[in-house]
Amino acid sequence: MTELTVIDVRPFLAVGVSFLAAILIMLTGKKENVRDFWSVAAAFIKAGLIFSMVPAVLNGTVFEFTLFQITDTLGFTLRTDPAGMVFACVSSFLYIPVSFYAIGYMRGHHEKEQTGFFAAFAVALCAAIGIALSANLLTFFVFYELLTVATWPLVFHARNEEARFAGRKYLVYTLVCGQLFLAGIVMVYVFAGTLDFRAGGILTIDMAPKWVLQLLFLLMILAGAVKAGVMPLHGWLPSAMVAPTPVSALLHAVAVVKAGGFCVLRVIGFVFGPQLLAELGVAEILAWFAAFTIIASSLIAMQQDNLKRRLAFSTVGQLSYVVLGAALLAPLSILGAYYHIVAHALMKITLFMCAGAIIVTTHKENISEMHGLGKQMPITMACFTVASLGIAGMPLVIGFISKWNLALGALQVNQPLYIVILICSALLALSYLMPVSYLAFFKKNQHGNFTKFKEANYFMLIPICVTATLSVILGIMPNFGPHLYDLATMAAESITQGWIGGGW
Amino acid sequence: MSQHFPILIVLLPLSAALLSPFFSYFHRQAGKWVSVAALAGAFLCAVGLLLQTLQGGGQAIHYWFGNWEPPLGIEFVVDPLNGFIVAMITFVALFTAIYSTPFLKKSNWLYMGGYYTLMSLLCVGLSGMTLTGDVFNLYVYLEIASLSGYGLIALGGNRGTLAAFRYLLIGTIAASLYLLGVGFMYAKTGSLNMADLGVLLQAQMDSPLILMTVALLIAALGIKAALFPFHGWQPDSYTFSHPGAAPLIAGAMAKVPMYAMLRFFFYIFGAQHLFVQHGLFIVGVLGALGIILGSVMAIAQDDFRRMLAYSSVAQIGYIAVGLAVGNLYGLIGAVLHIINHAVMKSSLFMVIGGIQYRFGEFRISQLGQICKKMPLTVTVLVIAALGMIGIPPTNGFFGKWYIMLGAVQSEMYVYVAVLVISTLLNAIYFFRVMENVFVNPPANLKEINPVGKFELPLQMLIPIVIFGVAILALGVYNGVLVNEIVKLGLPEVFLR
Repeated sequence: MTELTVIDVRPFLAVGVSFLAAILIMLTGKKENVRDFWSVAAAFIKAGLIFSMVPAVLNGTVFEFTLFQITDTLGFTLRTDPAGMVFACVSSFLYIPVSFYAIGYMRGHHEKEQTGFFAAFAVALCAAIGIALSANLLTFFVFYELLTVATWPLVFHARNEEARFAGRKYLVYTLVCGQLFLAGIVMVYVFAGTLDFRAGGILTIDMAPKWVLQLLFLLMILAGAVKAGVMPLHGWLPSAMVAPTPVSALLHAVAVVKAGGFCVLRVIGFVFGPQLLAELGVAEILAWFAAFTIIASSLIAMQQDNLKRRLAFSTVGQLSYVVLGAALLAPLSILGAYYHIVAHALMKITLFMCAGAIIVTTHKENISEMHGLGKQMPITMACFTVASLGIAGMPLVIGFISKWNLALGALQVNQPLYIVILICSALLALSYLMPVSYLAFFKKNQHGNFTKFKEANYFMLIPICVTATLSVILGIMPNFGPHLYDLATMAAESITQGWIGGGW
Repeated sequence: MSQHFPILIVLLPLSAALLSPFFSYFHRQAGKWVSVAALAGAFLCAVGLLLQTLQGGGQAIHYWFGNWEPPLGIEFVVDPLNGFIVAMITFVALFTAIYSTPFLKKSNWLYMGGYYTLMSLLCVGLSGMTLTGDVFNLYVYLEIASLSGYGLIALGGNRGTLAAFRYLLIGTIAASLYLLGVGFMYAKTGSLNMADLGVLLQAQMDSPLILMTVALLIAALGIKAALFPFHGWQPDSYTFSHPGAAPLIAGAMAKVPMYAMLRFFFYIFGAQHLFVQHGLFIVGVLGALGIILGSVMAIAQDDFRRMLAYSSVAQIGYIAVGLAVGNLYGLIGAVLHIINHAVMKSSLFMVIGGIQYRFGEFRISQLGQICKKMPLTVTVLVIAALGMIGIPPTNGFFGKWYIMLGAVQSEMYVYVAVLVISTLLNAIYFFRVMENVFVNPPANLKEINPVGKFELPLQMLIPIVIFGVAILALGVYNGVLVNEIVKLGLPEVFLR
């Protein structure tokens, strides 16, 4: 494979199309159908643009484009390396089902301020793709902050006191860490003289004293850890569940939290590099935090009665798989981390969309009220069960593939303890998600007030089936469609460059 | 003609200032048009001048008054740096003059003529201060700017008069201190020309008199720039000044003294001298304190204008920190922030002025759902607020970026911490405004000035939108601005 850099504007078109859609949505706010057409159209065009670049990227081509000089020396540049393409493919593809789902949900739920909602949604997606494809840290930061600002209106969407508080909490967490990240970026630039992501890292041990580099790692990882919800920085995520469910589904299960996980992977793989981190020995601390989060969040999730909150805590735990995979610094664990971005996205989006469908049709948010729901909504609950099994890491569902690789990665670096943690977490996941299916299918409805409900409308139901089916197909054929498994492998190989981890 | 651009920038508004009441006497609107035309002319000249300096490869253009040769004669020295700043000043002045017309529609000819006299004079003073190459000439323009500033603040009503009087007392002291400093330098060297002083003073930089001069200049220019702790006059003045003139007063008036400080410390004295280093250190500490305290005070305000005023104290602190960092990136950041902050603060004052014009409201807590009534204005408000916080790609981010870069290069990590904290404090009070605008239930607002077809009269709406676009444009093109303009003006500093 030869690396070939091609100047191509498509990455920017992919980012820009939903930005344009946001403007059109604002302008045509009064005509509902025209407005919603824009977000669907943007979703299709965006995914088309991204997927059209996949074959070439698989052959080792890198598309690159600099729109303008963002500072005196740095370009505002997007580049399609395999790592970024994994994230870009996932978010752009899932934008399609969710944009249909959002239309069904928002209309079904008679939400107010829909124009602002869809516009902010489109901008958030634009930021997510920008994060995926950024070629240097400053471009990355621009989109990272844009994502913060664009998702804030989605969090306070309900415009009540709870939503206002959640919005504030969200801003505090993300802005604080964003600024620390900025300080880190400045330091990286002064030490390394460049901000371009390079597989294997741009910093070396002789650039600064060891403790400064360790501190720098802490600063930079904080930003990712907050958005990925690593404990104890996860507080914003459960609160942010006051947002409408499509937001929880796409943004708080895919775009925002994955951007956090992706940020961790970028910092570890492309700024510091596994070999430098092995010398610094700080990745181990991150791995401990991630492991703690995996267990603790599952325990908390068990106590939640509100279905969305339970799923939120599950997200917190699952994202720490990504962080853990990155922090283990082994080739296979990094592969597992990248693939878990895909896996968790598909499964969690299914779960959230199911939760949203239940809310819209029955107005029930608590698990204890869902007795016997399986009779009225069999397809929804079946999809929910499939995705739950996937979260637990059942073979033949996509979650298994990534966890298998994570476990192998832990063995590669001689840390079998983390396999124990993975197994515990799988059992815990079963114990907090299976009861939902159990209650729905096997318990009788005590009040008998569910009989009048049916499945949600097709706008919502079909996206749920699509994502659930995909998570099974990808569980059997991980390379189905855009060869995401190969892309993840390429990314992991480029980062480790034949180095087989070891020795924190 | 084009070789006279430097003087035309000052001369056109100056003539308009004198003619404005005269024309207004015959036709109430005529004085306004004379002023606006003159300011537009000045703006075009400034842009032309900037292009001239750029074509000359950054070589400074010297313009001798009456062809008297310096150091005896007075000269204007234009390099890309101050050419850029003058272009910004005239830009803000021109659009503020257009913007303020609806506020004056009921006033009589004398008020109208007088208002535009003061407005033009303020532009004259600020442009002159930036362009001049003579320390005493700078004093003259400083006084012109101050006096017209007092007038415009006093036009804001009873509390404005009080604020103006307070500013007058402090401002006069500042001017006297500056004059004392000039006197010391003159006593040492017998020269008033900046370039000449720069050469003559080098041998005597260890004299205690220079220490005194540095201290006097920091105090004098610090007062005029509202650098903490000399900012006591500023919140009242900005809050109660004439709402039409507030964008120019808040946007440009306090920035020019900071530029003068840059000139004195880096061009005339040279930052390698011990006394200057001490001076810059103090400026940096004051700036850092101002950043924190100004931001904290801004959080405590409910009056939007007062919040902006305190935020200005903080933003001047950024410029001071940039000077204190003192390497190439620090100065780039400082200069860029002079420009950026002028545009952002002007646009914010224009926005709140617009809301005040239409609804008579300026309390943050009373702005609920105003986004429905004034969508464009609120869009600009959001852009400017993000700029003030420093979210890329708005221009506010990049000033901070360069200052931080400089601070890390010189290993002054404290300033990095201060900038980070300040950004977060900024975020608190600007996101609070946005939260009030978007989340709060609709406020009970009564239109005091009905506005017809658009959300505001076009004279107000167009400048607001132009400034909103400028914030984004300055952010996106900052790389070009730094490479093509600011860096050309700065190397002189580092040759010494």
